[in-house]
Amino acid sequence: MSIQEVVEAVRARFAEALQEVIEFRGETTLVVRREALVELCRFLRDDPACRFNFLSDLCAVDYWPERPRFAVNYHLYSLPHNLRLRVKVFLEEEDPVVPTVTGIWPTANWHEREVYDLFGIRFEGHPDLRRILLPEDWEGHPLRRDHPLVIEPVQFSFSWREIDSRKPYVNE
Amino acid sequence: MAIREGEVQEFTLEQLKHLVSERALRGETILLNMGPQHPSTHGVLRLLVELDGETIVSVVPDIGYLHTGIEKHCEHRTYTKIIPLTDRIDYLSPMSNNLAYVMAVEKLMGVEVPLRAQYIRVILTELQRIASHLVWLGTHALDIAAMSVFLYCFREREMILDIFEMVSGQRMMVSYFRVGGLWRDVPEGFEEAVRAFLKLMPARINEYERLLKKNPLWLRRTKGVGVISPEDAIAWGVTGPSLRGSGVNYDVRKAQPYSSYDHFEFDVPLGENGDVYDRFMVRIEEMRQSLRIIDQALRRLPKGPYITPDRKVTPPPKEELAWSMEALIHHFKFWTEGFSPPPGEVYHAVESPRGEFGVYINSDGSPRPRRVHFRAPSFVNLQALPIMAKGSLVADLVAIIGSIDIVLGEVDR
Amino acid sequence: MGTVGNPMIAMAPGQKTGELGVAVTTLEEALEWVAAWGRTRAMWPLLFGLACCAIEMMATQASHYDLSRFGMEIMRASPRQADLMIVAGRVSRKMAPVVRRLYDQMTEPKWVIAMGDCASTGGVFNNYAIVQGVDEIIPVDVYVSGCPPRPEGLIEGILLLHEKIRKGTRSGSSR
Ligand code: SF4
Repeated sequence: MSIQEVVEAVRARFAEALQEVIEFRGETTLVVRREALVELCRFLRDDPACRFNFLSDLCAVDYWPERPRFAVNYHLYSLPHNLRLRVKVFLEEEDPVVPTVTGIWPTANWHEREVYDLFGIRFEGHPDLRRILLPEDWEGHPLRRDHPLVIEPVQFSFSWREIDSRKPYVNE
Repeated sequence: MAIREGEVQEFTLEQLKHLVSERALRGETILLNMGPQHPSTHGVLRLLVELDGETIVSVVPDIGYLHTGIEKHCEHRTYTKIIPLTDRIDYLSPMSNNLAYVMAVEKLMGVEVPLRAQYIRVILTELQRIASHLVWLGTHALDIAAMSVFLYCFREREMILDIFEMVSGQRMMVSYFRVGGLWRDVPEGFEEAVRAFLKLMPARINEYERLLKKNPLWLRRTKGVGVISPEDAIAWGVTGPSLRGSGVNYDVRKAQPYSSYDHFEFDVPLGENGDVYDRFMVRIEEMRQSLRIIDQALRRLPKGPYITPDRKVTPPPKEELAWSMEALIHHFKFWTEGFSPPPGEVYHAVESPRGEFGVYINSDGSPRPRRVHFRAPSFVNLQALPIMAKGSLVADLVAIIGSIDIVLGEVDR
Repeated sequence: MGTVGNPMIAMAPGQKTGELGVAVTTLEEALEWVAAWGRTRAMWPLLFGLACCAIEMMATQASHYDLSRFGMEIMRASPRQADLMIVAGRVSRKMAPVVRRLYDQMTEPKWVIAMGDCASTGGVFNNYAIVQGVDEIIPVDVYVSGCPPRPEGLIEGILLLHEKIRKGTRSGSSR
């Protein structure tokens, strides 16, 4: 089995859902429409020519200020055929919602929660979509590119009073 | 976001309804909170355990107590300056993290690494694997109340750390690999130190095995506990020794050889039952295989450059700065601005001591990455904990956590 | 005062007592000195590692560096049995309230060592997730620098703390 055959199989089945096939440094990326994602993933897992039974990784990218703003990457691995494939879905800023793939690979559960936590992308149909890394009452999604890295600036001072006055707890 | 006293996060009733069985809400089963201050010797993890008597009905892990924002931090650093941050993800195997990251950048840049550097990388990452497994064995045994193993394991680990200190100047946070090769060549005395370690270690591994393998207490605590089937393990994305303990033959070093792992002969130990004992045996055996790899790599260690001469990713040698203006300019630009890979995205995975450690880099063509994501094996393996723990006794929970060998720095990043 | 039949106390004010290196004039002071001496000899640290530095803390306790030479080998998992908190690692904003609660649960007298750059100042992680120094939430007695500090560094910090206790410097800052 080679990755070309997989791409051909996908192209034959999902002609209009497949937006683009990218080859870069020996890695293949399928850019697909959001609507067909779940069906495509199920096909990739179950079809004997593909058998991508292992979801290595799931992560989101923020392309801000470009549009469409978000992308969700699914890094698939096929244990039987020893192949890797990346599936990519682009999302608009106003509507950051993707259908969940937890029904296909249960391991997506925490990955999706992490993406929701750090990017604010919602996964439709996820069984337990809560924040996972940050506290429940956290405001904002820190991995968005318009979120600042630093909350507390570095302090170049040895005066305790000066340091104290700039710490976040003074505003309480 | 300010910190108020005593404001520890609690589960609300709404969430509880969602997470535990109905019997818990009626009070028929007990809800027990373990952590976040160290349920065992493995870090700040919080577990909400539902108990029926002593039997575990369900476990809900609550993580994030060590969330460090490393991925966000990476977006604000040049490619070279991210290397020290990767050390601190999985702090028991900084070498593997470094390797995964620099290899991903090399893939992005299309850089070839000299053979000598590849071999030294293999030697050091395998040493790191042994060191990490030693910490695991020590703390895991400590959890199941075998104190002496801990002291033995840390004795041998010091030898490895001495080697690391010799090559990099640091015991733990080595940051030794660079894009395109190594920081500098290994110093004199490196080979002798590794040889001495290779000579000593097999007997020591036998010693640990003897201490535990036939120990009836150990067997009672580990055999048949925390079983996970191969199908479940694959579905939940478990990798590393935890997956191989269930008998699935997946090792990134064999499946997609990187850094010339295909030059060396080694076996991938597999378990059968997928219980705590099998995972223990797989790791013990892995240490032996690592010794084999190190031995072969050391014997065949080629001479040559330790870093690629490709000036795109390496600074010019120091001598050149004395007479070449171009070199000076290049040196200055390299360290202030950094290098810019072409736009695109890559994913590269290595076999860290805990499983498949992957690095995803998305470049927009500027000297700083648009996004760096780390596929942390502990994060994924920990997800399988509820499946392994279901139906076992509450005392076994600690043994199970120990057997999947999580590092919380990596879980939370 | 100074009339009790104790050779240490019967000395003139300010006079050194040889190798013990302290001058005691009153019974109260003598008792305090004995108490402080006792405290330094049997400190029970809290079993509390957060990140990378905790591994070095474990190494400090294990065979090679052997912290029990200083009477500190018993790590207590319960804060109520501990009198020293070694904050070993970075404190995230989610963990900070927990650290505070643990500190509050420890019995007096108690001391805190901030081990590593992260616990002292935030270290390399000046970002949204990490508290910039654990002294924002609990008072710290000794800062140990390094990322991670070598075990020798931690031992040095502990000895410094012992000295501080022996000298009777009060723990805790104004916060
Ligand atoms: S100071 Fe360094 S070693 Fe210690 S917790 Fe921070 S990053 Fe880790």
